[in-house]
Amino acid sequence: MTATAPPESLVDAPPVLDVRDLSVTFRTETGSVSAVDGVNLSLAPGEIVGIVGESGCGKSVTAMSLAGLLPRSARIDGSVRLQGQELVGARPSTLRAARGRDIAYIFQEPMSSLNPVLTVGRQVAEVLQVHERLSRREALERAVELLALVGIPSARERVKHYPHQLSGGMRQRVMIAMAVACSPKVLIADEPTTALDVTVQAGILDVLRDLRDRFGTSILVITHDLGVIADIADRVVVMYAGRIVERAGVQRLFDRPQHHYAAGLLSASPTPGRHAGTHRLQEIPGLVPVLEAQPDACTFADRCPAATARCSSAAPPLEPAPLAADVGDHPHEVACWHPRGDRPRPTVEEHA
Amino acid sequence: MRGYLLRRAWQSLLTLVLATVVVFLGVRALPGDPALALAGEDRTPEALAAIRREYGLDQSLPVQFWRFLTNALQGDLGTSIRTGQPVSSMLRTALPVTLELSLLAIAIAVVLGVGAGVVAAVRRGRPAEWVANALALLGLSVPHFWLGLVAILYLSVATGLFPASGFVPVSESVAQNLHHLVLPAVILGTGLSAVIMRQTRSSMLDALSTDFVRTAEAKGLRPRAVIGRHALRNSLIVVVTIVGLQLGGLISGAVVTEQIFGLPGFGKLTIDAVFQRDYPVIQAVVLVTASSYIVINFAVDLLYSIIDPRVRVTGDAS
Repeated sequence: MTATAPPESLVDAPPVLDVRDLSVTFRTETGSVSAVDGVNLSLAPGEIVGIVGESGCGKSVTAMSLAGLLPRSARIDGSVRLQGQELVGARPSTLRAARGRDIAYIFQEPMSSLNPVLTVGRQVAEVLQVHERLSRREALERAVELLALVGIPSARERVKHYPHQLSGGMRQRVMIAMAVACSPKVLIADEPTTALDVTVQAGILDVLRDLRDRFGTSILVITHDLGVIADIADRVVVMYAGRIVERAGVQRLFDRPQHHYAAGLLSASPTPGRHAGTHRLQEIPGLVPVLEAQPDACTFADRCPAATARCSSAAPPLEPAPLAADVGDHPHEVACWHPRGDRPRPTVEEHA
Repeated sequence: MRGYLLRRAWQSLLTLVLATVVVFLGVRALPGDPALALAGEDRTPEALAAIRREYGLDQSLPVQFWRFLTNALQGDLGTSIRTGQPVSSMLRTALPVTLELSLLAIAIAVVLGVGAGVVAAVRRGRPAEWVANALALLGLSVPHFWLGLVAILYLSVATGLFPASGFVPVSESVAQNLHHLVLPAVILGTGLSAVIMRQTRSSMLDALSTDFVRTAEAKGLRPRAVIGRHALRNSLIVVVTIVGLQLGGLISGAVVTEQIFGLPGFGKLTIDAVFQRDYPVIQAVVLVTASSYIVINFAVDLLYSIIDPRVRVTGDAS
């Protein structure tokens, strides 16, 4: 993987977030579990990057590990630099100062992610009181502005409400207001729309995009929903069993997926027009494996339609995809011994 | 909220009346005749009949009950058969002692129990948790009459740090008053604090693994704010319930503790009254105890709505 030119060399500004060789291992009662293995990732200023994969492929663990939000049973190796500052192994006070101010989070379930016994205004104000040393009154005043900013109507009344008095979409807007209160450089949105109605999802994604456009916030969107990726991301990273298996510009990935896992994900998602009529959506057989240690093999080999003996004997490195066509603005890399090459996105029949 | 309060008040009143009936009948079901106890040596039928007439014991039970109820509503709880004093004035001297003892014990129990519970949850799997757990186990399993005796033996008799018995009213000397009450309050509070500690620990462990605590951490809040404002506040809902339920036990515990430390409180009044078949006093004591239960339950319900805004809404709706 190290042979690959890092993608950030293609953009002008240095990355705000630079993740190198990140690995996360959990100690459990039955032994250790490797959740993330050798992940390299960078976020340019104002860039929206999506991490996509099935449940259990390590995308959320990656996100949580960035600001050290994992439980004590997690061991994090590698490097996470936020505006040049190393966060892996940093002191708790350093992490606290960064959290909420430079790197902020939005979680999947806005009902359980908000404290049920505090007003939403108070919860937004808290961040400002800690990081910007505002008084409680000033912070509440700012909270009203922030709620209005993320599109909550009659924000002045809403600050006095408790989470259970708001709808799911409004709660997620509160989460966003809380996350962007101190204008963080990096916003990590872990399944930000998964728990919401489809009609509400679009509104939330609009808010995120608007924040990027207005404040130049870099956003890392973690999702299993390719629709969200297509809607909002500039680049996409596909993870499988704790490793990055492919990354590319969004359009490129949708047109020419190289990894068979990425191709499988695409044909498992409904797309208007593509599967019109009688075709069933294609599923990927099997489940994401739980690994005690990362093997020197392709972890997708068991489920892959193109697997050969080589796939089970050596792990493929993440390398530029063998494509004749121009790669576009973003490098297209894949970790596969038998990439799909110039073949277009699979049809249903091809996988069936 | 108002409808809810009215309904609760009505329920409380009903409970109180039922408690009164039960007590009234219960006391009279006790073996023994107060007239015999009062008559002393002079047990002639005439003397007994005179005593029964004087205290209204010759009337039918419904009549006796009605007189008790109507008098009680006017603040007249009758006259003690044993001392001849008005029961209400006996209550007035005894009640403050027990009230102060119980409040002190609760305060000690809540501070110790919540504190130790939080430490045990936050320091999970470390020595601090083992210490807290061990102390809680001790507090739960050691009966407090024994603990009280040991405390008197070592802290009062052997070293003279605390008085072994007796009571000084607050009106005479606050320092003296506290000096007399600290030991019994600690003894009384230990059992309760152990229960509170166990409860706080488990609900804190739940709270610490919730999504909103993770959110609080992701905001960059200090551990103190994460634990206190976010985790503990949510845990308190359970803790308040437990404290409310345990208060009943505290009142009966106070009876024993008062007896050991010779405090002239409610417990002593009750025990003396029961031994002497002092009907009016027993009735009054139970009436007051039942009322305080009801008041406590009511207070706990109100506390819920302060701690948990979701309860406020349910209260409005139903």
